[in-house]
Amino acid sequence: MVSGLINENPTVYERKERRVRTDSTNTDEFSVEPIDQLEIFDHIRDIRDPEHPYSLEQLKVLTEDSVEVDDHKSYVRVTFTPTVEHCSMATIIGLSVRVKLMRSLPPRYKIDIRVAPGSHATEAALNKQLNDKERVAAALENPNLVEMVDECLSPSFE
Amino acid sequence: MINNLRVGLMEEINFPQLPDNQTGLSVIVRFRGERERERDEGRRMDLMEKNMELIEVQKLEGHTDRVWNAAWNPVSPILASCSGDNTTVLEETHTRTVRSCSWSPSGKLLATASFDGTTAIWEDLGDEFECISTLEGHENEVKSVSWNASGSYLATCSRDKSVWIWEVLGGNEYDCASVLNGHTQDVKMVLWHPTMDVLFSCSYDNTIKVWWSEDDDGDYQCVQTLDESTNGHSSTVWAISFNAAGDKMVTCSDDLTLKIWRADISMMHSGEGYAPWTHVCTLSGYHDRTIFSTHWSSDDIIASGAGDDAIGLFVESKQHDSVNGPSFNLLLKKEKAHEMDINSVQWSPSKENRLLASASDDGMVKIWQLETIP
Repeated sequence: MVSGLINENPTVYERKERRVRTDSTNTDEFSVEPIDQLEIFDHIRDIRDPEHPYSLEQLKVLTEDSVEVDDHKSYVRVTFTPTVEHCSMATIIGLSVRVKLMRSLPPRYKIDIRVAPGSHATEAALNKQLNDKERVAAALENPNLVEMVDECLSPSFE
Repeated sequence: MINNLRVGLMEEINFPQLPDNQTGLSVIVRFRGERERERDEGRRMDLMEKNMELIEVQKLEGHTDRVWNAAWNPVSPILASCSGDNTTVLEETHTRTVRSCSWSPSGKLLATASFDGTTAIWEDLGDEFECISTLEGHENEVKSVSWNASGSYLATCSRDKSVWIWEVLGGNEYDCASVLNGHTQDVKMVLWHPTMDVLFSCSYDNTIKVWWSEDDDGDYQCVQTLDESTNGHSSTVWAISFNAAGDKMVTCSDDLTLKIWRADISMMHSGEGYAPWTHVCTLSGYHDRTIFSTHWSSDDIIASGAGDDAIGLFVESKQHDSVNGPSFNLLLKKEKAHEMDINSVQWSPSKENRLLASASDDGMVKIWQLETIP
């Protein structure tokens, strides 16, 4: 993928400072902390863009506010903003986020992925595909797609 | 993350699974010793007035990956289930996930539909299953397979947007009889009508299509499309099921509803031409995630299985509104029936018990019994 990048000159943003949690009120080692927005964002912020050597956070494709979570209901929705309206990499980005969350969150979680409203030319079609689990399962049996997704995910596992 | 197929054989519900080198396509469970129960003639009519409960009677844990589908053999107490997990024998036939399976009306053959684009036909030889034929032709993943009532035709459907009809010839031969184009997207399920050679398909394009060969010459055409303009679904339709008489059907969708339809099929039986399907009612507000499966029992209880991990059971209301037609009520909702999405619900054909099988992303198949609480 050397020539013909979708977005030749993406805007790169500063990475947000990693907040250290300082909540020391809970001293029970065995209690389960509810999963919150920051924890989920931490799972996905370092996913690499398929075309550029930057993370989705650096390109502002994802922000902390991209994540809406309700741990009690075991529900999370991630809204991502592709850098350009006709981004054909949007499927890969969406798939990568989904795969990372599937591997990181407890199996009880229901995961919805969508593009930010108004941010993509084929928004409805894209959202439908990203949330059809049979299509996702079949896509993840495609070795080429899997390879691309794994490349996007490798920095986020470090 | 590449899913493979799995084959395993489980003898007797109460025994642990057999070793992996047993053949089979899916996990087959043979069970006996169902509690026999006398049929109560009056029980069906008074369901809503009794306290009913769905009790888990068995949990089948053979699979190591999500279970997509479960199918009861029509004549013997056998359950087939298909999954995305690893296998030994099945790899020789299917190279990717087996998405669904369907028994022939005689109960002797099992058809499996796979993401590898093929449909395999397996014969039950007693202690093992043998692949007697492989149907090729679809361009990509096959999602569903269905036998017609007489077992003379098979239908398959695929993400390639087409529906194929196959003729069952003698000597393990299968011939492609028709390729039906019309859907504009991925076709999720095909189902033959229980008494007539009319084929139904439902799709990612949000519609249900009806295919019929008027002159019975094998030339199938799309004779009806049920879409939003005819009170149809507003998102992907995942499944279809008919009542025993074949004059009503239920469909379920990503739009979070179930819809009931009916047709005057006596018209078709008497040769007066095609009888169109019309919308009867929509059941909404019962599931808050995609409804992946629905099945209409022989004694008129509709089961639904959804991404909210719940099973819903519905029965027709006794209050008959002569203007608007029948309506359906929730009999009960079993929350957290599984720990993850439910992909398939299927009533057992057994007349003695109200047994329901459910298959889930959590890798389990559960058998439930619908009982009255004393």
